[in-house]
Amino acid sequence: MSLIPGSDSITQIISLLSYVFFIVLIFYGQRIQMYVMIREVENSLHKLKHIKEEGRKNAIDAIKEIGKPSVDPSARVDRYLEYFTIGPQGMDPAGIVNKLDHVLDVRDERLKEEVKLMAPSSDEVQVNNLENTLEAAMALNFIYKVVRHYYIQGKKTLSLYVIMQLQMILPMVMKEADAYSNALKAFAYGQPIGDGAGPLIAGKLMHGYETRKLPKDCVMATVPLEGRTALIIKATGPGGNVGKPGDAVEAVIEENEGKIGLLIMIDAGLKLEGEIVGEVSEGIGAAIGGPGVDAYKIEEKLTKYKIRNYAVIVKEDIGDAVSPMRKEINDSVDKVIERVKAVIQERTKEGDKVIIVGVGNSIGVGQ
Amino acid sequence: MRIKNMAQNQTQSTSANKKISTYLTMIVLIVMALAITALFIAAYTYMTALTVEDQITSGVFAGIGLIALVLSVFLLFQSKRQTAQIKIEVPKVMTTIECTNKGCNTKTVREFQRGDYVYKDLDIPCPKCGGKQMITAIYKEVKEKEKTYNV
Repeated sequence: MSLIPGSDSITQIISLLSYVFFIVLIFYGQRIQMYVMIREVENSLHKLKHIKEEGRKNAIDAIKEIGKPSVDPSARVDRYLEYFTIGPQGMDPAGIVNKLDHVLDVRDERLKEEVKLMAPSSDEVQVNNLENTLEAAMALNFIYKVVRHYYIQGKKTLSLYVIMQLQMILPMVMKEADAYSNALKAFAYGQPIGDGAGPLIAGKLMHGYETRKLPKDCVMATVPLEGRTALIIKATGPGGNVGKPGDAVEAVIEENEGKIGLLIMIDAGLKLEGEIVGEVSEGIGAAIGGPGVDAYKIEEKLTKYKIRNYAVIVKEDIGDAVSPMRKEINDSVDKVIERVKAVIQERTKEGDKVIIVGVGNSIGVGQ
Repeated sequence: MRIKNMAQNQTQSTSANKKISTYLTMIVLIVMALAITALFIAAYTYMTALTVEDQITSGVFAGIGLIALVLSVFLLFQSKRQTAQIKIEVPKVMTTIECTNKGCNTKTVREFQRGDYVYKDLDIPCPKCGGKQMITAIYKEVKEKEKTYNV
């Protein structure tokens, strides 16, 4: 009996094998698909491991070079990379912002102290830069561990859906990991990053004017602008530092007894695919990221004194935000200043006081 | 204890990797064997072809065999190539220095040096007017063109 009438034996064997192969695909197709996905995840995981290890090495090299420690900092760096922060209990949400604020302060203090111990010869700017470098390495370590967790879990359970979810988000995860690996070098060298667009603009507005310190890790300058008095705030630079603009704005509003005509916040904003890097956009609200503590504090004061707040953002993606500043973002500085001036002219009267906050990381940006 | 567990996990993952590798490699090898057989049949049919139909059949076998062979070879070497591709690129960062004298528009662009920061006043005087110089920008230039989608 032949499977294909009139054909020879080799063709029949081929046909038979094809049928077998087809039947195998019907029953084991999904499993094969899963193995192909696991393979893809595995490749990305290898890449993540490489990036993570490179990040750790870069951080240790930077500490050795800048901090000149007497003992090898590797063990301490490894311990640092494993640090975690437990957020406050949210069962009774009343007062949770202050609790979170406290937890973040303790974390920041602890990490800075650790860096000082690791790099005793570093000054304040270098401590901030090294802290940022280690935080980038910490982020890479965390990404690697989470991906590895789901990869191993997927393989242990042989669940297509665990692996599928991981495989689906992997391009975004890899993009973020690449961004952090670029950020490591930028932080170690003290280069401005994309997130520094706000401080860069504020720095340009306040340059040449006397500055004073504000809580916490922020500076302010009083600058005459379009016939108004502009109170320009930014995180203290050039060290890697985002400060606490919430506390700074709160202090300035209270100092002026709420007599503020307008608050303008300038920040780097995440762009959507298809939008152009460095594009300037205007809106309303507290333009500030992070865990939300600063936004909350600013919104509280604005509501109390009925102060209007506007936001100007420079568009960029997550990769641009944490890697060395792109030329397009740097070129948007003058466009943003023009926008800010236009807003001040249109929305305030001469003699009014206006607060302008440059939100973001001040690494590589002085004042 | 934790380190021990982690080490165990890593060992498990390595042995499982090998298992999956073998499984996938087996499938790829079967496809490859089928492809080679198909190519042989194609060659045999072509050489012994008496009619146009036989020639078409040999063509079909050759096509299927070639596609399957290329795909299996591609799959086999894909992982190796991907591992080799891992490299972290360090972008070139530039520093722009400008003279602070309003009349003098001297602008110098050089590679970033450690210690540079935007709005830093430099000790080196302007080569043109002898005035003070300041760092006005630090940026990286992205050379690759982003893909446009015309939507």
